[in-house]
Amino acid sequence: MSQPFRTASGGLVDRGRALAFLFDGREYEGHPGDTLASALLANGVHRVSSGIRTGRPRGIFAAGVEEPNALVQIEEPFPEPMLTATTVELYDGLVARGLRGQGRLAADPDPGRYDGMYAHCDVLVIGAGPAGLAAAMVAASSGARVVVVDDQIRAGGSLLGTGEHLVWVDRVTAELEAAPEVRLLTRTTAFGYYDDNYVVAVQRRPGLPEHRARERVWRIRARRVVLATGAHERSLAFAGNDRPGVMLAGAARTYVNRYGVLPGRRAVVLTGNDSAHDAARDLAAAGVEIAAVADLRDGWAITGVAGTERVEAVTLRAPDGIERRLEADLLLVSGGWNPVGALYSQAGGRLVFDPGLAAFRPDGNCRQALEVAGAAAGSYKLGVCLAEGAAAGKRAAEAAGLVAGEIVLPAVTEPEVTPPLAVWTLPGGDPATAFVDLQRDVTVADLTRATGTGMRSAEHVKRYTTAGTAHDQGKTSGALTSGVIAELLGVEVGALGVTTFRPPFTPVSFAALAGRNRGMRFDPVRVTALHAWHEANGALFENVGQWRRPWYYPREGEDMAAAVLRECWAAREGVAMMDASTLGKIDVRGPDAAVFLDRLYTNMISTLAPGAIRYGVMCRPDGMVFDDGTVIRLAEDRFLVTTTTGNAAAVLDWMEEWLQTEWPELRVHCTSVTEQWATVALVGPDSRRVLATLAPALDVSREGFPFMTWRDTEVAGLEARVCRISFSGELAYEINVSWWDAVTLWEALLAAGAPLGITPYGTETMHVLRAEKGYPIIGQDTDGTVTPHDLGLSWAVSRKKADFLGRRSFSRTDTARPDRKQLVGLLPDAGTLLPEGSHLLTGPDETAALGHVTSSYHSAALGRTFALALVRGGRGLIGQTLWATLDDGVTPVAVTGSVLYDPEGTRRDG
Amino acid sequence: MAGGLVDHPDRLWRNPEPAAAYDVIVVGGGGHGLATAYYLAKNHGITNVAVLEKGWLAGGNMARNTTIIRSNYLWDESAGIYEHSLKLWEGLEQELDYPILFSQRGVLNLAHSLQDVRDSVRRVHANRLNGIDAEWLDPAQVREICPIINISPDVRYPVHGATYQPRAGIAKHDHVAWAYARAADALGVDLIQDCEVTGLQISGGRVTGVHTTRGTIGAGRVALSAAGHTSVVARMAGIDLPLQSHPLQALVSELLEPVHPTVVMSNAVHVYVSQAHKGELVMGAGIDTWNGYGQRGAFHIIERQMAAALELFPFFARAHVLRTWGGIVDVTPDASPIVGLSEVDGLFLNCGWGTGGFKATPGVGWCYAHTVAHGEPHPLNAPFSLERFVTGALVDEHGAAAVAH
Amino acid sequence: MMLIPCPWCGPRDESEFHYGGQAGVAYPAEPDALSDSEWAKYLFFRENPKGPFRERWSHSAGCRRWFSLVRDTVTNEVLR
Repeated sequence: MSQPFRTASGGLVDRGRALAFLFDGREYEGHPGDTLASALLANGVHRVSSGIRTGRPRGIFAAGVEEPNALVQIEEPFPEPMLTATTVELYDGLVARGLRGQGRLAADPDPGRYDGMYAHCDVLVIGAGPAGLAAAMVAASSGARVVVVDDQIRAGGSLLGTGEHLVWVDRVTAELEAAPEVRLLTRTTAFGYYDDNYVVAVQRRPGLPEHRARERVWRIRARRVVLATGAHERSLAFAGNDRPGVMLAGAARTYVNRYGVLPGRRAVVLTGNDSAHDAARDLAAAGVEIAAVADLRDGWAITGVAGTERVEAVTLRAPDGIERRLEADLLLVSGGWNPVGALYSQAGGRLVFDPGLAAFRPDGNCRQALEVAGAAAGSYKLGVCLAEGAAAGKRAAEAAGLVAGEIVLPAVTEPEVTPPLAVWTLPGGDPATAFVDLQRDVTVADLTRATGTGMRSAEHVKRYTTAGTAHDQGKTSGALTSGVIAELLGVEVGALGVTTFRPPFTPVSFAALAGRNRGMRFDPVRVTALHAWHEANGALFENVGQWRRPWYYPREGEDMAAAVLRECWAAREGVAMMDASTLGKIDVRGPDAAVFLDRLYTNMISTLAPGAIRYGVMCRPDGMVFDDGTVIRLAEDRFLVTTTTGNAAAVLDWMEEWLQTEWPELRVHCTSVTEQWATVALVGPDSRRVLATLAPALDVSREGFPFMTWRDTEVAGLEARVCRISFSGELAYEINVSWWDAVTLWEALLAAGAPLGITPYGTETMHVLRAEKGYPIIGQDTDGTVTPHDLGLSWAVSRKKADFLGRRSFSRTDTARPDRKQLVGLLPDAGTLLPEGSHLLTGPDETAALGHVTSSYHSAALGRTFALALVRGGRGLIGQTLWATLDDGVTPVAVTGSVLYDPEGTRRDG
Repeated sequence: MAGGLVDHPDRLWRNPEPAAAYDVIVVGGGGHGLATAYYLAKNHGITNVAVLEKGWLAGGNMARNTTIIRSNYLWDESAGIYEHSLKLWEGLEQELDYPILFSQRGVLNLAHSLQDVRDSVRRVHANRLNGIDAEWLDPAQVREICPIINISPDVRYPVHGATYQPRAGIAKHDHVAWAYARAADALGVDLIQDCEVTGLQISGGRVTGVHTTRGTIGAGRVALSAAGHTSVVARMAGIDLPLQSHPLQALVSELLEPVHPTVVMSNAVHVYVSQAHKGELVMGAGIDTWNGYGQRGAFHIIERQMAAALELFPFFARAHVLRTWGGIVDVTPDASPIVGLSEVDGLFLNCGWGTGGFKATPGVGWCYAHTVAHGEPHPLNAPFSLERFVTGALVDEHGAAAVAH
Repeated sequence: MMLIPCPWCGPRDESEFHYGGQAGVAYPAEPDALSDSEWAKYLFFRENPKGPFRERWSHSAGCRRWFSLVRDTVTNEVLR
């Protein structure tokens, strides 16, 4: 018989449709509206999982996110580790199994998609139970922008479990859904509460096609938050309280009323408060036989639970002292209710122990703009919840400057409440089977042992026993654990406190948190205007900062070494070209631009004449090199500054910071123009001929266009700025055109240079060419501990300027030492290519390094390998032999100056 | 066994009332403070010692870190103290007779760019000269060590290779703290919790005691070991330090079947992750940029962290974050610690460990105890003086290759 | 995710901003007049209070202006 424990009618499941699923290898059916837990119970399945340490059978204990026991692994449609059966919405084809402790990750890539959403609102209501719905309705009546989130598939909260006022719930839900400024998000769990009312929530979207996001993380910024998160029922610590069939009384009531499921045939109820009596009434009405209602306040006690796979009998001791064994398959327990204070705690609020409630509740004094309404505040009577919610909604609307209207709340009549008992441990039986944290298998015996070691703090005991650290993060066990520890230590539970709640409230998948920021969207890729050409022409690429730059262009059959040698030859002996568009470019203008740059650069910029170009170095105030590049003077009051590719944004920020915070009197504006100018380096002895072909109006002669000057002209019919600068030591030009014209220029240069064998080259060749000339690359030949003097750039450090950033630091004891690490060249034995990162020793058996290799290459021009290195006192070691570490062993190297190619600079002018 | 608990001892420590005075007061009952007290007693015979803790023992960064232990730092000075520490870790379980779950499962530091490769090889060569086990692995070798890393060249930041230190690993932080606490207690050290230092008693340029929420306690010497709160305590003695305290967040997943056999760290993508003994993935996030003492950080840091993790480990997609938390890390300008003397006689400094404090616990405890006992630095912490900020002789692990965690 | 009041753009998410540490640390007028020790104070030493802290922020993904505010480093409340 299918679903023998399903009632004939009632509840919020669609009995007209069957959903087939597989659990622990057996086929079952449930209905839309079911959770996996309710469907299992409908089929009479109580044992779901096993205790992580003890292996004891475990059942379904709760009906919501607080479930500590019923851990399952989803296997199909796609493996998902460790969910609680009480939160898995049933779907057709679900395959799951019970867990003992560890979940399993899929071995295949997740086909699911994930996304993020943003919302801003006047009022965020968390929880769509009676308090939350009342708050939302009142707030909405003011015209405020309202967001309501609730983790269930429909609004109603506790009313879904009690089955009361569902007509009102449906009407309010419909009105909220129709209101233009209201967003009602079901299946959405608020899991994090951060600074300034920034709340994050995860929305589950089952049943959508694969191309749509299955989960979305909402980031909600709210003027005001109403926490209407309800309360969770807690257990009692007694021997055998973990057996399948032991269930929270409120959960059983929910299974009957909401899911139309009988969690058993014959029940014993054990409680210290009124709510379980209501549960017993509802269960009885649905056909469950109530064997006894044992209220601890009346002197009842429990002395035994029989059954292993399932509760079989319960032994009670009546107030008159007589023990009775009652056959039962269900033991309903209620140790009281804990207001759900996790988000309140995350928001910076404190939870205090309320003896009247016998629970920890929000202290009502949180610094964030929030309030707590209903059971979350410790108000368990429905009428009070509704009124508190309505009042909270009204205040929230008023805080947004709006006026709320009146709404009609359901009329509620409730009996007087008898105060609950603050009870934690029930005496008798083996404390090693009296469980406090079911999921971590932590018992009263474990807590006793922990407090016996000398531990006095709940945090210590928790860590010693692992209580409260499991999947449920102690939702049912936290207060109970504190209560038991307090009893053991003989202190007030309020003084001991509960451990701190941290995000997330419920577990959230990594993928949901990552959202769509994966793969290429993890970090934007920047490419130049010529990128498509590079790709089409076989370039391999290198990531430099966010940029993707051509690394080298291998031809058929070439490896990297061969390609780079060919490219280098072309630059040294013919003509070659490179896309240099990624260089950072900053337009610096204003009457004080020259003064400004004098302060930033180590060398003098103000003496630069319009039309001329100077290399410059920037340091941080600590004297260490920060960036370098060229400075082009366009006019008296205008410069174009270039930066390294990776540092462009940092340099612009640097300039802005100094201008705004230190030198606001300087009349200077800085603008990034990196992506306005495309730049092509045209390099080699034949570069002049190629340029002359394309720029007929330009005097390209040595005298007419001297080194370190620039000209505005037309190149290939395009408006262009041509700079006579060289990063290779060869005759070279940097041709700048509008980003839009880059391809036209590039193709014109290729065509014009074709007869001369013009060769595109990438960053690797650029690195070799500059290294042969001893030009350092900031970030490769430097590491944040290197001064311009260390690099041999003292010529670029002004002695005339009164001050510039970094200057004062050069005279500190350590910075002024003569034996600092200095940039030198190294010549290893012919054919040996030193590893970049190799360390340098004074002898083959030494272990104290003098420095390390920063750059190392095969040189086409030198016909050998060479390297650059930072070496302690390196300039004083020129001519001597050091030993460089290899992956295995060492090799001798001769120390030389850092300029290995054309030290006289004869090739610069062609 | 899944979720199995180690067998903790039945007795850990006394809970004594503070005495009127001690030879040495250690301010801060975290890992460093407890280890320092232990080595003061064990190595130097100084047992009239109190460790004052404002909350519960080891409840600060010791309880909040991701427990990675390694010594493969770039600079000789760093390598010296971290390798000393690692050697102590290797004998610690026996020394303290406590199951600290020290697992030498190795650490991979990934390289994602050509410059990362240069920096990594540089560090490997430096490490080897310092007697530290270090290897450079290509992507295929990385995959052999950790089969779940995505080494596809088509991802945003491909894995170009990694450095590998086989002796590196993880340990269980609480157990380490309790092991030191129990051993120190057994040697006569008073561990005093819920005792916040509210002032330092200084007379004639010399520290003579501390004011606390449990009264004034005399002291011959005072050793600060207050991590993120060091600035606050040092300020009580009028001492300014080059420290900034930042939030640093971390997180764990649910318990999972073993998938991740080693420790993976990536500076560029910013991931560091291991799988702890019980099965949870333990992951560190980025540092929040702003100063903060609130032990919590911002959510976008966590989101970024998850995106980065899935770049490297696509298999983690459906794992769940169970809990996030934050510590307070005190960071120096060169990302290296300050361990040594202060301008006040008898007052000693141990701070600025940033994200590196846990792995240094035995090493710094050893060296700091020596410094306090002798009134002068141990050779291994001598380079980490406050004076370096004046001379400029920084130990710049920021600007260098080693990831700063 | 703090909400930071940019004086030019209004309150914006923290992720739009760049942090600048302690406010009001002026570049010394005469660096040469400072001892190495005093220079080190300028370079490396910044206040690190637990509580109210006057600090700099730059609205780097917005108007790109620098400004100062006082924030409590324990609660993250912006005080002024």
